Amino acid sequence: MSEYASILLDDPVWMIVVKGLLVFVLCVLLTLAAVYGERKIVARMQLRVGPNRAGPGGMLVSLADGVKLALKEDIIPKAADRIVFILAPVISAATCFLAFAVIPMTGKVMFFGEETIMQLTDIPVGVLYVLAATSIGVYGIVLAGWSSGSTYPLLGGLRSSAQVISYEIAMGLSFVAVFMYAGSMSTGDIVQAQSQWWNAVVLFPSFVIYVISMVGETNRAPFDLAEAEGELVGGFHTEYSSLKFALFFLAEYVNIIAVSALATTLFLGGPSAPPGLGFTESWLGGWFTFIWFLLKVFLFFFLFVWLRGTLPRLRYDQFMKFGWKVLIPVSVLWILVVATLRLLTQQGASQFLIAAFTGGVVLVVLIATSLYESSKKRAEEEARYVPEMPAPKFPVPALPKAKIEEVE
Amino acid sequence: MSDFELQPKRSDAIEKAASESVPVTGQEASPLFKQLKGFWVTFSTMFKKPLVVEYPEVKVETQPRFHGRHQLNRYEDGLEKCIGCELCAWACPADAIYVEGENNTEGNQISPGERHAKVYQINYLRCIFCGLCIEACPTRALTMTNEYEIADDKREKLIWEKEDLLAPLRAGMLMPPHPMYPGSDHHTYYRGEIKEAHPSQEVNK
Repeated sequence: MSEYASILLDDPVWMIVVKGLLVFVLCVLLTLAAVYGERKIVARMQLRVGPNRAGPGGMLVSLADGVKLALKEDIIPKAADRIVFILAPVISAATCFLAFAVIPMTGKVMFFGEETIMQLTDIPVGVLYVLAATSIGVYGIVLAGWSSGSTYPLLGGLRSSAQVISYEIAMGLSFVAVFMYAGSMSTGDIVQAQSQWWNAVVLFPSFVIYVISMVGETNRAPFDLAEAEGELVGGFHTEYSSLKFALFFLAEYVNIIAVSALATTLFLGGPSAPPGLGFTESWLGGWFTFIWFLLKVFLFFFLFVWLRGTLPRLRYDQFMKFGWKVLIPVSVLWILVVATLRLLTQQGASQFLIAAFTGGVVLVVLIATSLYESSKKRAEEEARYVPEMPAPKFPVPALPKAKIEEVE
Repeated sequence: MSDFELQPKRSDAIEKAASESVPVTGQEASPLFKQLKGFWVTFSTMFKKPLVVEYPEVKVETQPRFHGRHQLNRYEDGLEKCIGCELCAWACPADAIYVEGENNTEGNQISPGERHAKVYQINYLRCIFCGLCIEACPTRALTMTNEYEIADDKREKLIWEKEDLLAPLRAGMLMPPHPMYPGSDHHTYYRGEIKEAHPSQEVNK
């Protein structure tokens, strides 16, 4: 058992309850901040100023939005399946909070005279648990689409389920390399394994794949096909109003924060300071690590907003092609490479062999890329080629081109 | 005529033009680089000054000939220019103007000449601010101001009556009804020869 897990094990019951409450409060507060931040940042990217009415600098806009949503009329369509219709947003909102239970948010801290870590629990299969929790969230979306008794929500829900399932595979595969390096699936161990180098550097391809698939997983732009306004009205939540809609809204943002927090944990060393800068447990350790954690989460959140401000929505078939034909094969190959390297180092293979293997991989990748590029170029040229027409067997009037020649 | 002659001949000039028309520039840059360029655009825009006008606090002045709300003008002695002819109502493509004319009488001289508008309404829920009414007006009674803040929260409030549309009384003006300037007729008014109210106009009020 790791050091992390043993610290958490002797938590008294009251502390677990308090932590659970804190996680919930933190998620809600972060959501409020995220909605405001997103609107502000996207506004600046579009040369606007964003919300600036409610509160200083418009900071209370998400609160005002929430109050407005809660006070609106709650409509349940006649064609809807009442029970499932009410259950769907609850599933959606509840599951995204679950993922936060295993995220370490600070290093070792003193909490009311008790040494602990701001993490609800550290289970040996922590990351798999997060995957499971987020995929249950899909049920919320699918059931919402189905129970609305309407066409567009149904299409939106189906799209979303296909999307999340597709990108979850790539996401899961991107974890494998991390597991191999950390030798554990517990979030605490993974954070500790990154004390020398962040995984984002060591396992850069995995990091890229995870970042792409986390955007797909959370139904965010440019992968927001499930709620493509121009095509599906509002997607799965077309028929939802009032608090039920607010729950979906909350779920979306908590989900974004959860995947950002997971990315922080797996690839950016969780709450610990960047390695190599001289930050130690005694100097800016303890509660200060929470700031590192928040900074990293905000970094990922900014990435989400930046993507939204920059990229147009993908076409559905392009999106699926990208997931299945690019992300998944690439991550499988990458895992093979990582596994081989890992095996070679663990069995004490010579430096030469490792270097030769790495060089070989790089060479193969380069050759494959150039072959792909040249074949693409050839295909483009073929598409541009216009075959010369055979001479017609019957008399036809001369083409206008012949006339141009005469003029000249 | 042989088959050979019917074949289209391609001159060098045409070949050259065809090759030039294909956009070659930009093809060399890799797609990834192009995507990153887009990211830079949005990122750098964040640090530019927003173009937003903070409307209720900051108001940008309109162009001088902006089509704002209407105004019913007066002559310099205070008599109304509107003669209740309804040409504005007839010109209106949105059917937003309603006019009811009435005869001017000895004790009730509202405008110079024979007629004045008893009722004059503009429905700003219908008005499209095209300005055809202004073009139709024969006495320049109806003009448009630069005022654009007409929004309101009741439909009834958006039907503007004559009192709402009339220009305010300026110095030298008298509130009608009052008799016309002594020794004048509606032609003198129209030519702009009346510069201010005559004391006798008030006395006889």
